[in-house]
This record gives sequence, C-alpha cells and structure tokens, in this order.
Amino acid sequence: MIRDITLGQYYQTESVLHGLDPRLKIIGTFLYIISLFLVRDIFGYAVAGIFLAVLIVLSHVPFKFMVRGLKGILVLLIFTGVVNVFLTPGEVLVSVWKFNITREGLKVGSRMVIRLVFLVIGSSLMTLTTTPNRLTDGLERVLKPLKRLKLPVHEMAMIMSIALGFIPILIEELDKIMKAQSARGADFESKKLSARIKSMVPILVPLFVSAFRRAGDLATAMEARCYHGGEGRTKLKPLRYRRADYIAYLVLILYFILIIAEGIIF
Amino acid sequence: MKETGDRRQGTVLCLLFVYHKKYSFKETENRPLSPHLILKSMSLIKTDKVSYEYIRRDKDGAVEGINKAVDEIDLSVEKGDFIAILGANGSGKSTLAKHFNALLYPVGGTVFVGGMDTRDEEHLWDIRQTTGMVFQNPDNQIIGTVVEEDVAFGPENMGVKSRDIWERVIRSLKSVDMFEYRKHSPSRLSGGQKQRVAIAGVLAMQPECIVLDEPTAMLDPMGRKEVIASIRELNKTFGITIILITHYMEEAVHADKVYIMDKGRIVMQGTPKQIFTNVEELRGVGLSVPKVTELAFELRRRGVDLPEGILTETELANELCRTLSEAKHRKF
Repeated sequence: MIRDITLGQYYQTESVLHGLDPRLKIIGTFLYIISLFLVRDIFGYAVAGIFLAVLIVLSHVPFKFMVRGLKGILVLLIFTGVVNVFLTPGEVLVSVWKFNITREGLKVGSRMVIRLVFLVIGSSLMTLTTTPNRLTDGLERVLKPLKRLKLPVHEMAMIMSIALGFIPILIEELDKIMKAQSARGADFESKKLSARIKSMVPILVPLFVSAFRRAGDLATAMEARCYHGGEGRTKLKPLRYRRADYIAYLVLILYFILIIAEGIIF
Repeated sequence: MKETGDRRQGTVLCLLFVYHKKYSFKETENRPLSPHLILKSMSLIKTDKVSYEYIRRDKDGAVEGINKAVDEIDLSVEKGDFIAILGANGSGKSTLAKHFNALLYPVGGTVFVGGMDTRDEEHLWDIRQTTGMVFQNPDNQIIGTVVEEDVAFGPENMGVKSRDIWERVIRSLKSVDMFEYRKHSPSRLSGGQKQRVAIAGVLAMQPECIVLDEPTAMLDPMGRKEVIASIRELNKTFGITIILITHYMEEAVHADKVYIMDKGRIVMQGTPKQIFTNVEELRGVGLSVPKVTELAFELRRRGVDLPEGILTETELANELCRTLSEAKHRKF
C-alpha cells in the first residue's frame, strides 16, 4: 500500500533536458526566476512564456504533471489575484459595494498570477527532469562557494541523499508498526480528529525510536567505511559539462540578454 | 505525507552522530601508545590482553556499575585465515569485533592491525581500510540509493580516482555475484542480496581482512546460504582474511579456527573438529552444536560406533554406511 509512494517528482523519460547537467538546470532555474521579476510588460511575458513552452515541449514530460504543482498554490494564486485586482488604486472600471475593480488592478493582478504560474512550472520542470541524486550532487557543487562562509554544504547534501535512500525503508517500517498496532486494537480510521491525532502517538514513538537506532548504526557503518566528511572525497560519477550543456548555457545567456534588452528598449 | 518530516529527522540525527563521533574520539584516549610491533608480529591482527568495559550509569549520571564486555583477550589472526568467533548473546563477541577496525578502543591492552596500534589516530583510516567491517542489519549500512553508488562509497571516501572507483566497483560486485543488480535500488533487494552488496562495498576498499559481525542474523535461510557462500569464496579465491562473528554453529564449520567466547573471555579455541567434539561444554556456554554433530554425538552416546567431531551431513552418512557394513560383516 503506502510502499509505492514516490517522493520527489522525477518523471522518467529520455529527453534533452533530462540529459543536461544538474548544475546547469539549477542555475538556469534560478536565472529564469530572476528574469520573471525583471520583465515589465506583455512582450517580456511573451518571451518568458515562449521560452518556457519550448522547454516543456523539449522535456517530454506530460503537461499535466506540471499543472499538478500549481494545485498546491491555488489558494495563494486566487488570493494574490483578488487582492491585486480590488486593492490597486486607479481608473475605476466596475464598482462592487465598497470595492473597486480598476484597470491598473487587473493589469497588476494578472501579471502577478502569470508570474507565479511561470515560476512554479519553471521550477517543477527542473525537479521533473532531474533525479533527486543528481539534484543533490548539483546543489552541492553549485553551493560549494558558500563553504567559505562555514556553511556545511557537503553535510547538507549528504543528509539529503541519505534521507532519500531511507524513505522506502522507513515507509516499510511505518507499515509494520501500523499493522502491529492495529493488531492490538489501535483505531486509525476514526472520524474524530482528536482520536486520529491521538492514534498517531503509538505510531510515531516507535518510528522515532527505530529511526534513532538506525541513525546510530548508519553512522558507525559510514565511519567503518572511512567516511570523514567532504574533505578529500572523490566521486564515482563526477559532474562533467558536455557540449549540450555549453550550448544550453549559451541559450540561457541569450534568453537573459533578450529579457534585459526588452526591458530597456520598451 | 505527514511522515516525511520524521524521516528526515532520523537522517539529520544520523549525521549528528557522525559529527559527534568525529570530534569526540580524540578525547577518549589518553593512555600512551604502544610501540609498533611491525617486526615482532607477522600477524594481520593481534590483540594483547584486550579489555573493554561499558559503564552503567543511573539517571543522574553517577556510575552504577561496570560491565566487562571484553576481558583480557589474546588472539592473533594470520593472513588468509578464516576465523569464526562464536558466542551466545552478550558474550562480548560484537564488542571485540568493533576493536578490529578502531570503532572501539580498548580500555586495557592493545589491538594491532597490520602492525598498527588501533589507538594511533594517525593510522585510523589505514586501519579501517585494512580491516573492513560488515554489520548485522543490511538496511542500516547501505548509504547509496543505487547499488553501484553504495559500493563506491568507501573508495570515494578514500579519495580514489573516479576511473579507478569504477574498476573497483565492477570487480567487487562481480566477486559477490551482484553485478547484474548494479543499477538497482537497494531497497528492492532481498536481505541476502543487500548483505552481499554490503560485502562488495567493503571489498571495494581493497581490505586485507573483512570482519563480519553476525551478517546472517537477520536473514532467511536462503539469504544465509548466499552470504556464507560469498564469504567462503572470498577467502578461498581471493585469499582475503575473514573474521566471522556468529552464533550459528553451522557457519563456523568451514573455518580454519574457531574461538568460543563467554562472558567476555575466550573459553575454547581450536579447529571446528576439536571444538565441536565438546558438545556438553558448548551447551554450558549457551551454544548448541550443528544438528549433524549433535545427532552423531547422541548416536555415539547410545553405543553406535562413530568417530568424534562429525561436522557435515556427508561425513555422517559415510560413517554410518561404514558402521552398518561392518556390523553386517560381523554377523556373518
């Protein structure tokens, strides 16, 4: 049952985007988000939209997977839209009781919503086309300069990748604990919220205890295999830029220049 | 999805453990190091009156009592040996095993690995590379999310070049017969397969000796067979020294030398044949001999003419056939 949950939203298929270096995709997503905040008018949005559309087609990921990410922020989208439409002062178009819909409000509201939609789709495009492993690898490399500021970049990446590896194991464990507790009469199906919350305790306590024990065991096993932090560590699959990555960087820079130029000219 | 937070927590804690251990082991040791025994001992591993104790504390942290888990143990392991250390639960065998690659430091006495004192911090990583360790729970020692990445973890830590890591990974996976699973996720493998991946992970560090701490305790009979077969193969074909910690007698049958531990001490040592002859004595320390040996022992006690120390089914069958035909001859 719950064993089949897949975490992270990687969509397995072959495409140009899937093959690109994770560092490039992280930096690219970051630049794209910045570009969304630089554009001011309809042309800029058109450029950003077309760019995104091309990427979506290139990714071979069904569009509905990207829309899925929007569901989570639906409330935020509606809220942003409504607030902006009603509360922006300007030329009144329609008046409803105390609130006025203004021309400026419509403009700002729709821009905010489009911006958010692009932002979410753009970033889910990255997670959809990159395995969690490559993503953490990429993140570690991209954030490497922050090590100078004493930020534990390697450790964070290690934590993330171990967490990913342990998800199936802990899900299995959770399943076992739930079955064991149900066998002893625990009720997880109750309609009452208070009862449901109470029934979580006998699940979470053993789960925590075993997670602690596993953590201790794993730390010993890592030490036994000479783990001593990121210092002097090599990689089985080091990240290497290939030609496609350089081309992608070029495209990315061109896009960014276009956005900036568009902002200056219009 | 409510549970994800808790799952993360576990890993965060795990890393905290690593941190804690990394920075705290320096303080634990203040006895002077022993001079190197490089020439004196040709043994791969040698322990000299090794003791270890766990201090029991009450809830205020005051010392309640001291448990001697390992009590003045002397043993030596030669290159290429297959050693089995047997003992009931709580006999101190796992604690002893952790001394062989400097996961624990002796409170008294010294452990030498390849001539290096395990308390010598300078050689910590050399020691851990010389003796690899495989643990009981297959789930709690797999670090990578793909089999080949897990096997690469050791060499990565040692700073081996990427191309050489690949070579090591491929060779190690082939020698435990798990090469075809290299792209799989470890969570989809059986217990026996996971344990063989763990062995491959140690092999990739090219150790001289592998210490296996009850590697089969959590496996089903099939998995147990697979793992023991792999271990024997490594010892025979590649000449890797094996120290097998177990409480299954059947697994010790093929060892060159068997040590029996009880209450932190070595109470018996010898070849499997010598050890398993003493059925009564073994029972005394909470161990039972292999079923075949026990059967032979009981038959002998009831007057059947069988030699002592029968270890395998074929041996017993042959001996029984011999006695039967002899009995027939006598009749005529």
